[in-house]
Amino acid sequence: MNITLDADKCCAAGQCVLIAPDVFDQRDEDGVVVLLDAAPPADQHDMVREAAAICPAAVIQVHE
Amino acid sequence: MTPSPASPAPAPAAAPALPVQPPQGCPFDPPAEFARLRTEAPLSKISLPDGTEAWLATRYADIRAILGDTRFSSDTTRPGYPLSGMTGGATTEHRGFIRMDPPEHTRLRRMVTREFMVKRVEAMRPDIQRLTDELCDAMEKRAGQDVDLVEALALPVPSLVISLLLGVPYDDHEVFQRLTGTLLSRTVTDEERESARSELRAYLHQLVSAKEAAPGDDILGRLITEQQVPGEITHDDVVAFAALLLIAGHETTANMIGLSALTLMRDRETADRLRAEPNLIRGAVEELLRFHSIIRNGPRRAATEDIEIGGQLIRAGEGVVVAVPSANRDPEVFEDPDALDVCRPNAQHHVAFGYGIHQCLGQALARVELQVVIGTLLRRFPGMRPAVPVDEIPYRSDMAIYGCHTLPVTW
Ligand code: HEM
Ligand code: SF4
Repeated sequence: MNITLDADKCCAAGQCVLIAPDVFDQRDEDGVVVLLDAAPPADQHDMVREAAAICPAAVIQVHE
Repeated sequence: MTPSPASPAPAPAAAPALPVQPPQGCPFDPPAEFARLRTEAPLSKISLPDGTEAWLATRYADIRAILGDTRFSSDTTRPGYPLSGMTGGATTEHRGFIRMDPPEHTRLRRMVTREFMVKRVEAMRPDIQRLTDELCDAMEKRAGQDVDLVEALALPVPSLVISLLLGVPYDDHEVFQRLTGTLLSRTVTDEERESARSELRAYLHQLVSAKEAAPGDDILGRLITEQQVPGEITHDDVVAFAALLLIAGHETTANMIGLSALTLMRDRETADRLRAEPNLIRGAVEELLRFHSIIRNGPRRAATEDIEIGGQLIRAGEGVVVAVPSANRDPEVFEDPDALDVCRPNAQHHVAFGYGIHQCLGQALARVELQVVIGTLLRRFPGMRPAVPVDEIPYRSDMAIYGCHTLPVTW
């Protein structure tokens, strides 16, 4: 799995961080998403897919 | 037989009003009409109180498509914006970025997003717990009496938390709480509410002026030093931020607290389970948000182009009202949607906080407030029960935000 972000669209509501805190974080200055791990291990994959599905601004792209 | 040529053409039937009444005897369920609309007319026309019409969207997929598409505008001054029947009604008042579109919406929202990001809110959890415990201490002293949980806990928690964040001085809490209380009460006259509104506006102007003279380490102080001083925003913008943050997070969170507490008083099995396994509370809060879907009067948008949604063409200049409770009970997304299941795997897919770029800015905060308050009530008041028969509790089916006007409890 490989993740890319379209961070310009992020509205910083933080749902991805709640779902997969080992993969996503929010940057201190404005809460916009940052990737902690662009190719997370298998035990994270379900949570990453869930975060991508819930993200309100279609920021998270998952390539498998 | 041919119809008599003399008979007048039938007047087009007026579209029905937005459904708001829960089914008889089921105060926790959304209007029954939504289930029929979802299958038969997922985009239908409704009449607003002033006689104009708007589209009503009832399916989850359509609602995500509308709220996720910025061609549907949040700007209430746009032609066709369905203002009639919205709380506050038509007004030229500066209403903050919730009623704006990009790029201005993005610019202003980003000035405060970091204040509500997950780690900042998590850092506030001990403060929220302390405030909740203090209010519960006061309640405990009234054991044996009937206590209105709305007044004693549900309203003060979000009000105290947002005061802390905005930097409202401790001495002003009383006036601040009295004014917001009057604004939200249904037992005051329109004149009283209007005068509370202007008093609050005057109060916020004065508060921002005081902060301009001595900005503190709080949201308003930071907005002033980082944005207003360099000329990015004006004094009036700071007042609009204060008003939006104050109002958007108060009544919403308070009603979720009241409804959640009542739900768990009636569902002993779930309450016992959450008491035994507090790590389930986080998921339970998502399910309670889905189940209650307290936003009953929107969000609303105006189409700025012709856009097809679920096979229906919505034309530029037409208004759209989105039915959050209907999306959150859509069986295409939520299995057995009318059941409250605190372990529902996809509960967080709810749109109780909206969807798209306007999705609730305060959602991380609302979640922590709900987790703390529900956990504390379960722990400290295991025997709490309604002090009146549940069908005598006054529900807010007349309001934009559903909930209980009062919730008398005893333990
Ligand atoms: C359970 C409690 C809450 C619920 C159900 C709720 C619901 C919502 C919804 C549905 C929207 C979207 C409006 C739209 O699309 O037009 C929204 C926006 C907003 N909420 Fe909340 N909210 C809650 C708590 C809070 C709290 C605690 C705060 C902060 C103090 C807050 C601040 C805001 C703000 C500032 C917006 C506007 C965001 C924007 O336009 O970009 N809300 N809320
Ligand atoms: S869920 Fe989407 S919009 Fe929200 S913080 Fe994560 S990436 Fe940004």
